[in-house]
Amino acid sequence: MEDLRFEHSVSARAGGSRTSAIVGVVASGNLEVLVERVLPDTECAIDIKTAAIGFGEVWTAVIGDFVERHSPGGLRFSINDGGARPDTVSLRLAQAVRLIAENGQ
Amino acid sequence: MTAPLKDITPAERARSTSFYEASARTRLELLLDAGSFVEFIGPEQREVSPHLKIFDLPEQFDDGIVVGHGRLDESPVFVAAQEGRFMGGAFGEVHGAKLTGLLRAAREIGTIPVLILFDTGGVRLQEANAGELAIAEIMRAVMEARAAGVKVIGLIGGRSGCYGGGGLIAGCCSALAVSEPGRIAVSGPEVIETNRGVEEFDSRDRALVWRTMGGKHRRLLGAADVFADDNVQDFREAALELIGLVGTFGLDKLTAEQERLADRLRRYGACQDAVDIWTAEGIAHAETVPELPADQFIALADRIGRTSRDAR
Repeated sequence: MEDLRFEHSVSARAGGSRTSAIVGVVASGNLEVLVERVLPDTECAIDIKTAAIGFGEVWTAVIGDFVERHSPGGLRFSINDGGARPDTVSLRLAQAVRLIAENGQ
Repeated sequence: MTAPLKDITPAERARSTSFYEASARTRLELLLDAGSFVEFIGPEQREVSPHLKIFDLPEQFDDGIVVGHGRLDESPVFVAAQEGRFMGGAFGEVHGAKLTGLLRAAREIGTIPVLILFDTGGVRLQEANAGELAIAEIMRAVMEARAAGVKVIGLIGGRSGCYGGGGLIAGCCSALAVSEPGRIAVSGPEVIETNRGVEEFDSRDRALVWRTMGGKHRRLLGAADVFADDNVQDFREAALELIGLVGTFGLDKLTAEQERLADRLRRYGACQDAVDIWTAEGIAHAETVPELPADQFIALADRIGRTSRDAR
């Protein structure tokens, strides 16, 4: 297992009122993303535990692209990864932001 | 053109969602009344397995089981759903403790039914001792809850089936509903082949696996009382039907169950294949049973299939 952490400054707070959301499962080629609204509006953090070791550069690129596209201000993402491909990671991150952007608990 | 998502009623969504393909969370969301699910020990509490780290294996925040309460046709229910894609839905220490705790809560209250959405290969080998203990604790908790008046209903239709200790727990439930892809057994196909040889059981013969352990056979034998088509709405209706059917539990029930199982062994103990059993049950062209569509099979099972309603 390898642990990675990314912190970004972002311009806007993520929409919606939910305090947390979870998408995906930990399986081969898949991952789960737990997202929680716990940070100041202009910060974003992503903690990753991955079974695929040595892909830090790919994660840096995928996370950088995600933060730029979605501006997930105030959100902390916690990822358990079972060796998902970059496109699957992007999809789950987008799903997580969309889910927490809903109104409700 | 398809209707926008917001125009689709929850029942329509549940009807068009495969139970087999859905995640544990989606199953619960669509099985229960819309928006009624409240989780206990949710993923944000990060109650992960204490063992997987030692093996350098990935954890899941809910340890592969979602437990909580919700409403079914406005009546309260406790629910547990295993995630069959995380480590084959296997029982570990935390995973098992969440189900044990739920059953004990149900026992204390005494009147609220428990729905267990099984999707498991059995005990998680990386935490085998803790997992085996968990199975024993859950079996005891199921029986104690039933003795206190709680109906414990198993719903089986996931990709990992219901194997190993999961099969034992299912055997302790008040009643089961199963779909065709749901399989119920203790030893899985590969385990039987490994221990007894390919002559005993060829695990690569999928048709053999399905007609020996699959939902249709379990329904015809009376192990499951309701056969559900593979969608979440059908499982919701099956759960409601079973909650209505299950009677009081006591020593007479257990005695009847012992007699039911002994009778089953007397009737079919010499049969070599499920098709022989179906033929002995009076089903004409029994070899066509695996191909029957759900509605035709349900009609057949209602006519010929056994139930365990006076027993269990």
